[in-house]
Order: sequence, then C-alpha cells, then structure tokens
Amino acid sequence: MGSRIRNNKAEAVSVLDGHTMIISLTGDIDHHSAKRIRGEIDSSLFTGRPKRAVMDMSGVEFMDSAGLGLILGRVACAEKIGCKLTLLSPSPQVMKILDLAGVGRLIEIKQK
Amino acid sequence: MTTNLKSENEKRKSGRPPENLRNEVRIELPSNSINEGVARAITSVFISQLDPTFEELADIKCAVSEAVTNCIVHAYRDTQGIIYITIKILDERTVRIEIRDRGCGIEDIKTAMQPLYTTDSEGERSGMGFTVMESFMDRLSVVSSPGRGTKVTMVKTLHDGRQKSSK
Repeated sequence: MGSRIRNNKAEAVSVLDGHTMIISLTGDIDHHSAKRIRGEIDSSLFTGRPKRAVMDMSGVEFMDSAGLGLILGRVACAEKIGCKLTLLSPSPQVMKILDLAGVGRLIEIKQK
Repeated sequence: MTTNLKSENEKRKSGRPPENLRNEVRIELPSNSINEGVARAITSVFISQLDPTFEELADIKCAVSEAVTNCIVHAYRDTQGIIYITIKILDERTVRIEIRDRGCGIEDIKTAMQPLYTTDSEGERSGMGFTVMESFMDRLSVVSSPGRGTKVTMVKTLHDGRQKSSK
C-alpha cells in the first residue's frame, strides 16, 4: 500500500475549551469547500453555544471570496447565540482578501 | 489555430502590435464545483514556468478561482455546462487569462461588478468576485451577451525575475 498524495481539502475542526470554541480551518477554502464546512461550523456553534469563538486561519492555504462569505456568515451565526467571533492568524494572502472587504472593521483579527 | 491567425490579422489592421505569444494552454472543464480547485492547480503549474513570486501566483490563482466560480454559480446555475479557459504567456512576463462560458450571461455588467453585489444571497456569496479579479490582476474586461454567455479576460504582467533576485 502506497501513501496517498495529499490534497488541500478544507477541514474545520471545532474544540470547546470552557466558554471558548476554537475552530481550526485548514486547506483550500473556495465555493466548493465552503458549502460543506459552513454546516459543520454552524452545527458546532449551535451545539456548544460558546460565549467566544476563535477561528484559527493559520492552516488555510488558499481562500477566495467564498471564504469571505463563509466568515461573514459565521459572524452572523455567532451573533444569534450571543457569541463573539475572532479571527486568528490569517496568512498575508488571506489578509489581502479580508482587507478588500473591510472585514477588520467588523470583527477582531489577531496574530498568534 | 485559424482563429488565432484571424485574430492576429485583425489586430494588424487595427494598428495594434501583434501579440508575442510564447506559450498557451487551453482547458475545458465541466461546471462542477470541484473543478474550481482543478482550474487553480492547472493555472499554477502553467504559470510556474515564469518563476512568479508567491504573491503573484496566489493573486492569479485567486482571480481564476473567482471567474470559474462565477461560471458555476451564476452562468450555469443549476445546469451543467463547459467552462473554457485559455492561458497565454505573452511577451516576456505577461499572462493573459480568458475564462468563457455559454451560460445565461449578465444583463447589467456594471451593476454585477459593483463590490458586494450578489444575486445569490442564500448561498452566502460575498459579492466580491469581480472586485477580487480587478484588484489582483492588472486588467479585467467582461463581455457578456444575455442567453449566450460571458467572457472574462484578465491580464497581469509579472515582475522581472532578475530585478527580484538583485534585491
């Protein structure tokens, strides 16, 4: 059995730590993957109902404007349950897209 | 090939200098969303021959991803169609990418290109696709005919690799 060639499939892994949920995003976030992972994130948020959520973007290798829709949609989703969402460590390229849409004016963006 | 020659002759007649085509790839992909990544991957491999910076390559991949996604989400919507992609390397370091569909077309291009404009609010589209293409490439042109399709052409000239290495 040979090892498989790694693809950049997007993943969202959510871990609840006290009142804070860490949502770690990895891989390529485009329209194709955003459809799938937004359901996974919403399910974790509505089940865990955290006070704070941190979306760790450090593992995101590619993101286009579908990622913007994903993030802004999750901000709205978090607000519904009284949760504050923060973005953590987007790459310079991801930051370029976030800046284009002025996301930094809507939510806090931190670096590790 | 015939089309290319015709286009070159037309340009000569119009007074514009003929383009110095160095290399070219043509791709036809079905409008399945998984092909957004396939289009980016092919673009990345083809452009790599110019030794682009990481940022240049990421910008081009992002612009291609936006244009291909538009074909899937808007042009063909719930139908299936073919996305036609042509990537050309012109002169020394200019990349011209043409992404064409035979989908529903755009009624009002000016409105469609406005930041945050989207006709797909339920799908959580940000409406930033054309803005990304415009910002990440040097030139963007959109030609569309309702009921017949849309052609997006994007051009970017990469920095000179010799200048980059001398810094």
